[in-house]
Amino acid sequence: MKQNFGSFVKKESLHILRDTRTMLVVMLIPVVLMVLFGFAISTEVNNIPVAVVAPNRTDGVEKAVDRLAHNEYFSFKGYISATEIDEQLRTGKVSAVVVFDADFDKKLAQQQAGVPITPAIQLIVDASNVNTANSSVAYMQGILLGTASQQAMFETRMLFNPQMKSAYNFVPGIMGFIFILVCAMMTSVSIVREKEVGTMEVLLVSPVRPVKIIFAKMIPYFGISFVVLVVMLVLARFLLDVPMSGGVWGILAVSILYLLLALSLGLLVSTIAQTQLVALLVSAVVMMMPIMMLSGMMFPIENLPDFFKVVSHIIPARWYNDAIRKMMIQGVSIVDVWHDVVILVGMTVLLITVSLKKFNDKLE
Amino acid sequence: MNAIEIKNISKSYGELKALDNVSFEVKKGELFGLIGPDGAGKTTLFRLLTTLINPDAGSATVDGLDIMKDYREIRTRVGYMPGRFSLYPDLSVEENLQFFAAIFGVTVEQSYHLVAPIYKQIEPFKTRRAGKLSGGMKQKLALSCALIHCPSVLFLDEPTTGVDAVSRSEFWDMLSNLKKQGITILVSTPYMDEASRCDRIALMNEGRILGIDTPENMVKAFDLPLYGVKAKNMFALLEVVRKQLGVLNCYPFGEMHHLVADASFNAEEMKKTLANVDGFCIEPVVPTIEDMFIKLMKP
Amino acid sequence: MSEIVISVRNLTKKFGRFTAVDNISFDVEKGEIFGFLGANGAGKTTAMRMLCGLSFPTSGNGSVAGFDVMTEAEEIKCHIGYMSQRFSLYNDLTIWENMMLFAGIYGMSKKESEQRALWLLDRLQFMSEKDTMVGSLPLGWKQKLSFVIATIHKPEVIFLDEPTGGVDPITRRQFWELIYEEAAAGTTIFVTTHYMDEAEYCSRVSIMVDGKIEALDTPQALKKQFGVVSMDEVFRTLARRAKRGD
Repeated sequence: MKQNFGSFVKKESLHILRDTRTMLVVMLIPVVLMVLFGFAISTEVNNIPVAVVAPNRTDGVEKAVDRLAHNEYFSFKGYISATEIDEQLRTGKVSAVVVFDADFDKKLAQQQAGVPITPAIQLIVDASNVNTANSSVAYMQGILLGTASQQAMFETRMLFNPQMKSAYNFVPGIMGFIFILVCAMMTSVSIVREKEVGTMEVLLVSPVRPVKIIFAKMIPYFGISFVVLVVMLVLARFLLDVPMSGGVWGILAVSILYLLLALSLGLLVSTIAQTQLVALLVSAVVMMMPIMMLSGMMFPIENLPDFFKVVSHIIPARWYNDAIRKMMIQGVSIVDVWHDVVILVGMTVLLITVSLKKFNDKLE
Repeated sequence: MNAIEIKNISKSYGELKALDNVSFEVKKGELFGLIGPDGAGKTTLFRLLTTLINPDAGSATVDGLDIMKDYREIRTRVGYMPGRFSLYPDLSVEENLQFFAAIFGVTVEQSYHLVAPIYKQIEPFKTRRAGKLSGGMKQKLALSCALIHCPSVLFLDEPTTGVDAVSRSEFWDMLSNLKKQGITILVSTPYMDEASRCDRIALMNEGRILGIDTPENMVKAFDLPLYGVKAKNMFALLEVVRKQLGVLNCYPFGEMHHLVADASFNAEEMKKTLANVDGFCIEPVVPTIEDMFIKLMKP
Repeated sequence: MSEIVISVRNLTKKFGRFTAVDNISFDVEKGEIFGFLGANGAGKTTAMRMLCGLSFPTSGNGSVAGFDVMTEAEEIKCHIGYMSQRFSLYNDLTIWENMMLFAGIYGMSKKESEQRALWLLDRLQFMSEKDTMVGSLPLGWKQKLSFVIATIHKPEVIFLDEPTGGVDPITRRQFWELIYEEAAAGTTIFVTTHYMDEAEYCSRVSIMVDGKIEALDTPQALKKQFGVVSMDEVFRTLARRAKRGD
């Protein structure tokens, strides 16, 4: 029997277009998240007031302090004496104090000459905000030390993210998150809504094959997600100055693959959930939480406990993040992230197969 | 050939026996009513016949096709209107109709002759969203949608529930017209007074069929004397009458209480006994489907 | 001679340009079973909401159990009971827990609520089912139970919104006997229904059409007035005059 597939897609699109509130939310969330993560919610340090204690203001010290003073993350508050440290930190006039050895220059010169000696710098940091403290320590070490061995520790970061801007790292994470939200959550809710209203009963009793119902639902949501994708890429490129040196087409291709994966995930949820509430909860809790925690969006995967490191392998967003981060920031091409792509393709095929199998043309 | 044949069908949901060994046939072109309260198993029976669920035991055919084996074919031939009017509230009247036409691969024009008498009544509102229609209008739209592919068998699950008396009566008129077009109709209702609009009815309660017959024969089968009793204080009357000899049952029935008596009962006798009850009067009344239902429900 | 429990004068409710309830006036006496009928969309629910203190009238006034619907909505809520077909009881609580919950909501003391609950269970002959989960009860029982729970705080008026929808004929009658009994004890009953035979059980019946009360009298008088034999015909005659849908 031939049915007009177009009329299905039209009907689904009408549902979406008429629900202006949801539409608006779907379009706004990505923008808000991008701006929030890009600028406001930043674990990065900014304008940390720093004072310096230096018994001898030698060339080496002055050079180091200079670098510190010119870095946008710190604001140099001047030289103080060792006795003032405690008071300055406690009153909050400064958040960190850098204490140089009296023979800092000498040791530096010796180290550069190959003598196994480390010029000692003491960092005293207000640790009431642990994150800021940690980051400032890391940055100060990076900025102050000029020794080759220690620099290597920070090199990775300096190289691909020379200004140390965290927005870069968040963009792929947010994208991985948003598409699950838009595609998986919205498709599952829309299918389950039909179960709740009772229209699914009528659809099932008609000669339409479930596959048709499903694909008709996926198309408009894919459309919306694609618009969201473009908006996000534009924002990332022009608002957050993400370089995307690896080429936009590769990023688009991997993202489209990820969209399909998210849609099939939504489909799977809809086969399990009987009410819209359950669909929402499953999408939000069961899918969002692991994505935020285990995909590398919030915390680097290397830093996860071993158990979660293993779990993270089944989180699609982990592979998407990895691929997009490499293409956006490191500037590699799609060919270089082939293993991420293969894993994503595998997951998509698996999800579609399982959900089509599970999507029953009966009510039980 | 019968349009619907049901043989010894049972269906349970966990502990609950939704259908318990149900059998009956519906003839071609018949308007058949399933009458019973919530929990009688009406919806389960509809879902079985529309191939949405499979029975635990027993078999059934619709239009000669097996509900298990030939379910795809059945789906092309039946129209189904589930309990809640299953429409898309955010689509307009017209869009709903067009969509349901599309899923059956037909156009609205092809079946307009069948749908028109019903759809004409709501056509002036065709651009209105279905969610904004009144109960009676939703009911008409849902029926139009179920008819759009000219089905040979029409399943209507409680189409008149929650709809006011006027709309209900109009709806039954529409069904009578559809019957004239040769469509077999299986319709369920909790309202006993609608039974008389059907060719034949099955009284159902708690998953079982209490009786199947034409509405006329059904009430004829009520073989006990039935009286209506009335008094000034109706509530007090119930207790008084129930204590009298030969009274098997007495229950409120609209304006009068109905009194089911046994052979030993004598109305004249009662008139004398209850002469002191203010405004008492007793008269024989004709049983209704509801009286029969109550009688059959009593173990 | 009788005490007036519900008094309504020129009550009107407008939603924008739409007049849902149009200038209705009536009185209900203590112990009456007042049938409040009307087609879908006639304005029944809106009127009932105002009487229950759930919404304010646009104009006109009314009092329920001696309290003004405009200014004393909260007091009204304490003195009425309400039962609708949709919200009845918590399925995941036992009968007893439901009773204690609703008694608590109306601020009854522990001793008082327990006494009352035991009395009500006894009346329903439900004592043995005291600790049964409400969810596992048949629909008919649930309806009867939610009715007696609506009376747990001895309200002066009970509002019943289509209380017997979908219930089997025997339970429906048992339900009405409960209503009779409650009314005989002096509680005023305000009830809406789609079953026209149930309209006959009412002391007086009002029929709303397009927001107005078009008929109000005893069932006998109404049938006489319209020259018909059943309330069903009275209702249909009136409802056919309706111009608006809902």
